Amino acid sequence: MLSLTAISAGYGSFQALFGVSLEVPQGEAVGVIGPNGAGKTTLMRVISGLIPMREGAMTVEGRSVEGLPAHRMVEQGIAHVPENRRLFPRLSVEENLRIGAFIPRARAGFAAQLDWVYHLFPRLKDRRDQLAGTMSGGEQQMCAIGRALMSKPKLLLMDEPSAGLAPLVVQQVFDLVRRIRAEGQTVLIVEQNVQQVLDVVDRAYLLEVGAIKLSGTAAELKNNSLIRTSYMGL
Amino acid sequence: MDLYLVEAIINGILLGGVLALLALGLNLIFGVIDVVWIAYADIVMCGMYVIYFLYASYGVPLPLAFLIAIVAMAGFGMLVHILIISPVLNSAPINQLLATGGLLFFLQSFATLLFGTDFRNIGVRLPVLEVGSVYISFSRLIAFGVGLVGAIVLYVFLKRTYIGTAIRAIAQDRDIIGLMGVDQRRIYLVTSAIGGALAGLAACLLALQYDVHPYIGNTFGPVIFMICVLGGLGNMIGGFIASFIISQIISIGGYYSSTELAYVFAFGFFIVLMFIRPRGLFAR
Repeated sequence: MLSLTAISAGYGSFQALFGVSLEVPQGEAVGVIGPNGAGKTTLMRVISGLIPMREGAMTVEGRSVEGLPAHRMVEQGIAHVPENRRLFPRLSVEENLRIGAFIPRARAGFAAQLDWVYHLFPRLKDRRDQLAGTMSGGEQQMCAIGRALMSKPKLLLMDEPSAGLAPLVVQQVFDLVRRIRAEGQTVLIVEQNVQQVLDVVDRAYLLEVGAIKLSGTAAELKNNSLIRTSYMGL
Repeated sequence: MDLYLVEAIINGILLGGVLALLALGLNLIFGVIDVVWIAYADIVMCGMYVIYFLYASYGVPLPLAFLIAIVAMAGFGMLVHILIISPVLNSAPINQLLATGGLLFFLQSFATLLFGTDFRNIGVRLPVLEVGSVYISFSRLIAFGVGLVGAIVLYVFLKRTYIGTAIRAIAQDRDIIGLMGVDQRRIYLVTSAIGGALAGLAACLLALQYDVHPYIGNTFGPVIFMICVLGGLGNMIGGFIASFIISQIISIGGYYSSTELAYVFAFGFFIVLMFIRPRGLFAR
C-alpha cells in the first residue's frame, strides 16, 4: 500500500530523517515508536505532503507520489490525523466532518460516509451541532479521526493520538483505533505510548534520531530487550 | 418625536447597509488571507468608473453595466491577489500594508491621469418616497436592501457550501488545511474574487447616490477600516453590527450638528472605545 525507500527530510539546515525505509501493507496496522524528537512527526508530515522529502522514493499502491502537495495526497487516499488533533475549533462537529469530505470523490458519498462515521462513533452524532473546540480531549480526538475518515482514505495516518489525554481517555482512544482496525482500515500510527500501541498494531518500527533502529512484528518488539528496558520500563 | 430625527435615524440605517457590505468584504479577506487591503475603497472607485463609462458613455443598459462591474471587480480582486498579495504573503505585516497602501496611491493617481479630477455622475435620478411625512431616498433604500441581501447570500454561502466551509476553516487553522484536501491558493483566489465582487456591488449602490472621482475612496475608506477594527478585525458579524452603530452616529450627529462634526463624533467614539476594548467591541 505505502512504501518508503531511503527517505531523508528536514527543516532548513536541520535534518530530521536519515534514509528511512518503511512498508505499510494493505489491511495492516503499522506502528512507529520512538522517543520525543526522533522524527516521528516529521515522518508523518513527509508522507502526507506537508513537507517535501529531500531524498528517497515514496509510492502509494505502486505509483510514485513524489513532490505532491498535501491536498493532492488526500486524493491519493492518504488521510492524516495531525498531532494535537487540530480541529477547527469554531466549526461545529458536523462542519469539521464535512470539511474532511472536501475532495470531489468524498463529496459524492458524503451522506453514506457520515452515517458510517456516526455509526462508528455515536458520541459524535450526539454532539453534531456543538462547536468542536468546546468538547473534551477524547471527544476531539474522536472527531479528528472521524474527519480524516470522511475522505474514505486507503491509509489513515495517526500522529500521537493519545498525547495530552488523561490515562482513562488514552484507553478509550486505543479502543477507537481497534474499532477502525476491525473495519479493515489500513493504519500507520505514531506513538510514544509503546506498550499500548504494540497491543493494537501488527508490526512496528523503532525510530531513533531520524533513523529506523529496529523493526518487526508487534510480538517480536514486545519481547525485545532494548524495547522492554528503554521504552516499556520493564 | 421630531420628524427630521426620524429621518436621520432611517438614513443612518440605510447608510449602514452599504458600509456593512464593504466591512464584510474587508473582514472576509483579512480573516482568510490575513492581509488588510488598504486599497479596498479604491477598488470600489474603479467599479464606479466602470459603471459610469459603460452606462453614461457607451449606453450599456444599467443592470448590465452593474453586472459587468461586479464581475470585473471580482476579476480585479483575483489580480490584486496574484500580483500584489501573493508575493508578500509570507513577509512582515508592515510590508503587506505598504504593498496594498501603494496600490491605493497607484489607483488614485492612475484614475486622475486617465479621467482627471472631474466629478462625474451617471445621471440616474430615482424618486424620493414619502412615508407619512418622512422622506426616504429610493436609491438609499435600494442600497440598504441589496446590502442586506448580499450579506445574507454571503452568510448562506459560507455556511452551506464546501468552499464556504473551507473559507471559514482556513481562517481558523491555515497550516493543516491541506490535510483536508483543500488547496490553500485556490481558496485565497476565491476569497479575493468574493472580496472584489462585494466592492463591485458596493460600487453599483454608491454610483446611484454619489459622483465618482479619483478620490471618492478616501471619503468612506477610513470609515470602513474603523468599522472593521471596532467590530474586531476578521469578525464578520462584529463588523456588520459596527456598521450600523457608526452609520447612526454619523447620521444622528449630522442632524444635531454638521456632517463634518458627525465624522468627528464617529472617530471620537472609535478612539474612546479603542481604549476600553482594544480588540474591538465583539472581541472573542
